[in-house]
Amino acid sequence: MLDRISSLFDFRGSIEYLPDLLMAAVVSVELTLAVMAIGLVAGLIIALMRVSHSRTLRVISTLYVEAIRGTPCLLQLFYIYFVLPAFGIRLDPFPAGVVGLAVNYSAYLSEVYRAGIIAVPRGQLEASQALGMSRRLMMRLIILPQAIRVVVPPLGNYFISLFKDTSLVSIVTVKELMFTGQIIAATNFQYFTIFTIIGVIYLSLSYPASLFVQYLERRMKVGYRRKPTRFLRRAAKSAGG
Amino acid sequence: MIRLEKVCKSFGHLQVLKDVDLEVQKGEVVCVIGPSGAGKSTMLRCINHLEAINSGTIFIEGQPVYRYMRGGRLVIDKEKRVEQIRSQVGMVFQSFNLFPHFTALENIMVSPLHVLREPLAELKPRALALMAKVGLSDKVGAYPHELSGGQQQRVAIARALAMRPKAMLFDEVTSALDPELVGDVLRVMRQLAADGMTMIVVTHEMGFAREVADRVIFMADGLIVEEGPPAEIFTRPKNDRTSQFLRSVLQRRQESGEETEPTA
Repeated sequence: MLDRISSLFDFRGSIEYLPDLLMAAVVSVELTLAVMAIGLVAGLIIALMRVSHSRTLRVISTLYVEAIRGTPCLLQLFYIYFVLPAFGIRLDPFPAGVVGLAVNYSAYLSEVYRAGIIAVPRGQLEASQALGMSRRLMMRLIILPQAIRVVVPPLGNYFISLFKDTSLVSIVTVKELMFTGQIIAATNFQYFTIFTIIGVIYLSLSYPASLFVQYLERRMKVGYRRKPTRFLRRAAKSAGG
Repeated sequence: MIRLEKVCKSFGHLQVLKDVDLEVQKGEVVCVIGPSGAGKSTMLRCINHLEAINSGTIFIEGQPVYRYMRGGRLVIDKEKRVEQIRSQVGMVFQSFNLFPHFTALENIMVSPLHVLREPLAELKPRALALMAKVGLSDKVGAYPHELSGGQQQRVAIARALAMRPKAMLFDEVTSALDPELVGDVLRVMRQLAADGMTMIVVTHEMGFAREVADRVIFMADGLIVEEGPPAEIFTRPKNDRTSQFLRSVLQRRQESGEETEPTA
């Protein structure tokens, strides 16, 4: 058995491909960051639409979220890459992958935001209203700052799962980690070695990220003593130094 | 100052307010007492439009507000006007509802700063003075969760006062407090009454009502059953339900041997 494994796992024979794989991992990370950036903003906008007073906005956003959540992400990617060109919208693989994943994740992230908004106690709304705040002010000053604290850990978890889901865009030929690995493995037939290396690369990136999310989670439980702004400032300082 | 005319409010099939008429003069302190479920809190919440009334009219400074009939048509006030009126009527809640992500001082300043757009240079000394007024000068930088219930409630009162309201509504503000903390809150309210603030106070503190109120209103089953000066209501209630209620409250007091009112 061990013999068999060692004969299959030909690290030495595959090491020449390692730079390619690491470059592809960078693409995966870029995808993750791009999609997350779009998804965080779009998700927030959709969530605000879903809790808005306007019926039209509520209906549109609800339909969007339900349609996206009710169909496979792969299908959405196919749609963007293969169907949209028929309507004259032709996207390169990378942008198509970003758009496809962003469409998908914005729907899920909006649900996270919405849960956070709903979790703010009713008394907070009433107190803001009694103080004469407009809905907009209340959202900005009272509701969202409290909701954000609740949603940071789940958003972090989505961030990690997004990193893994970027492998889906290999289907539209984005040269990220999964796609690159498949190409290499198909040429040198070192499936075991290549896919194991890919697994290790994914894990070595997502595990520290998950530890960081756990750290954030603990931090959010501490309460409101230390302001998040101060935390961010310190984080920026340590990153700079 | 505040007038309710035939105000009705239902939750589903349950009618909570039945043709309630009430008039509160400027500077008057009105205490509302009565059994739970009588509609006391709902009445206050209607005055601040936290609940929309089903029929009748609420007047604030002589103007009909929120939603009312005019010339056979239902008028619904624009959100801007509702906000403006609300900012003139302060409200303090049973559950404090301080903003947990702001310090005590920020809680007081947030609304004047953003709603009234008062410059911070003027606002800050005023907010500090309000903190002093409620006896919490040493808690300016504290977050709500670092304060006791009584302290939180006093910050909540200061927060409402910071909007320079023309009237204040108090919704069972001492009901969620430990008995030993009630006195501090009542002291602040007593001072406020002495300063001439128009107040409507829904309360279970009979001692406070008796001492501070210009007028006591007894509500039951969505109706104002009886009203009058405290001396009259507490000593010679005309209505059977009133005397029954007062007897049961008094009895409960004596049984528990509890006197939450500071005797000073």
